[in-house]
Amino acid sequence: MQANWMDIRHDFPILSRTVRDGRPLVYLDNAATTQKPNQVVDTITDYYRHHNANTHRAVYALAEESTELYESARDKVAGFINASDRSEIVFVRGTTEAINMVAYAWGRANVGKGDVVVTTEYEHHSNIVPWQLLTQEKGASLRYIPMDDEGYLMLDALDDILAEGRTKMVAFSMMSNVLGTITDVEHITSRCRRAGVTTLVDGAQAVPHMRVDVESLGCDFFAFSGHKMMGPTGVGVLWARKPMLEKMRPFHGGGDMIREVHKYESTWNDLPYKFEAGTPNIADVVGLGAAVDYLKHIGMGNVRRHERELTAYALARMADVPGLTLYGPRDPDRRGGVISFNFADVHPHDVAQIMDEDGVAIRSGHHCAQVLMERLDVAATSRASFYVYNTKEEVDVLVGALRKVARVFKLE
Amino acid sequence: MNSRDIYHEMIVDYSRNPVNFGRMENPDVTHHDANPLCGDSIDMDLKIDDSVISDVKFHGHGCAICMACSSVLTEITKGKTLDDARSISKDEILGELGLEHLQAVRIKCALLSLKTLKLALYKYITEHMAEDAGSLKDEAAGLY
Repeated sequence: MQANWMDIRHDFPILSRTVRDGRPLVYLDNAATTQKPNQVVDTITDYYRHHNANTHRAVYALAEESTELYESARDKVAGFINASDRSEIVFVRGTTEAINMVAYAWGRANVGKGDVVVTTEYEHHSNIVPWQLLTQEKGASLRYIPMDDEGYLMLDALDDILAEGRTKMVAFSMMSNVLGTITDVEHITSRCRRAGVTTLVDGAQAVPHMRVDVESLGCDFFAFSGHKMMGPTGVGVLWARKPMLEKMRPFHGGGDMIREVHKYESTWNDLPYKFEAGTPNIADVVGLGAAVDYLKHIGMGNVRRHERELTAYALARMADVPGLTLYGPRDPDRRGGVISFNFADVHPHDVAQIMDEDGVAIRSGHHCAQVLMERLDVAATSRASFYVYNTKEEVDVLVGALRKVARVFKLE
Repeated sequence: MNSRDIYHEMIVDYSRNPVNFGRMENPDVTHHDANPLCGDSIDMDLKIDDSVISDVKFHGHGCAICMACSSVLTEITKGKTLDDARSISKDEILGELGLEHLQAVRIKCALLSLKTLKLALYKYITEHMAEDAGSLKDEAAGLY
């Protein structure tokens, strides 16, 4: 098995480059964005070199090819997350745009004064701020499912909120981008379905790392980004069940999303085009299709197994580093490969800078999760996050660099 | 600069044990500033007697570079006349800690306290001395 993972690394030339005086790069910021294999880069280049034309409009050969490439990426994505209908896949810029689209197009029609929108304490800002904008505008309120000290949601609180009968939407992430906690999605969606409450799942950290089946999750909306799963930046997906999308008003108005436009009124195109106004990000959607092919070739079960093993190994080795506090679940079965930590009173920016000297790329800061930082009572954390191409040897380099931080700051 | 040069003894010591750290009772002027992206956030309190800065304190939180530079700045500032304090330059602070070649992304950590000091002086001079101190405001804005 190990040999296979080394083969994968050959598809990512960036992983064999050096940084800072010849140190091999150890890229551990995969929760922010992942590297792209040759297969994805080549697909995008090939699209621009040989097939570029606008989609869905002209009748000439090139336009037919670009439309075919764009639409076949939709089929690939639909298959990848087990959507039952290709028209349920809406291409957007990323998870952020997908959630804003729901907060705007669904939220403005369905949330009113006195209503409640629920999210959680470990959300990314992109699953908090759109709901703040909506609830403030509507005179509705925003409530939070609290998190316990190990980083699990305290789901009993949801039952109490739902029992009050004013909840219209529960929006939550499938995996925390700071703690790696995997949310029990079906626990939440089953309760919400019984209460007649709509659900949105932020799958940005989940889809790249584990098998996702939107049919069995039982949610109404599901959002994720291409660039965190080996695809290009600037493309993401909103999935929703067809009847939901049919009822929803459009988000952006413009070309491609209309059936007929008259001076004072218009009618809308079929799904999913009603939600894809303007010339789409064709090349990057095609690139996302190549990323899906690549991940399917590895197998999402293998991705999850490898990352679980790396995470368990890293957690065990990091536990011995002096002065280090680890956040999030201890059980590698209930978390992904995202590890946040702090060093006594050392600021995460100093930690990241010292580790950079050893070629180790980790993130420091609030990770767009300031509500969670408040809950943890820290200003910031450092974060290492893995992907399928990372190795145990790289975890060893990480641990070595952590020990160096401890030395510099005299924590040993 | 590499980390061996940045995180030398002096920086680490100052960051673990900052000097003139804490709140002042009844300061003559106080100012708060922050770097929103990295989260460094400090307040600087000044005591001023006869146009001389008789005491300086700072509090808040930040990275080692921010804490060390703030400490050094307070040491340099204490006892200076307002005129001398106005002319403290960024090179003086960076030079004191050997950070002349700090990379652009960290320079704001090093100079947050100097920016805060300049804005505190601007506030004091404008309020108490009926003098035009607009250049201080421009200098603060142009530091990084």
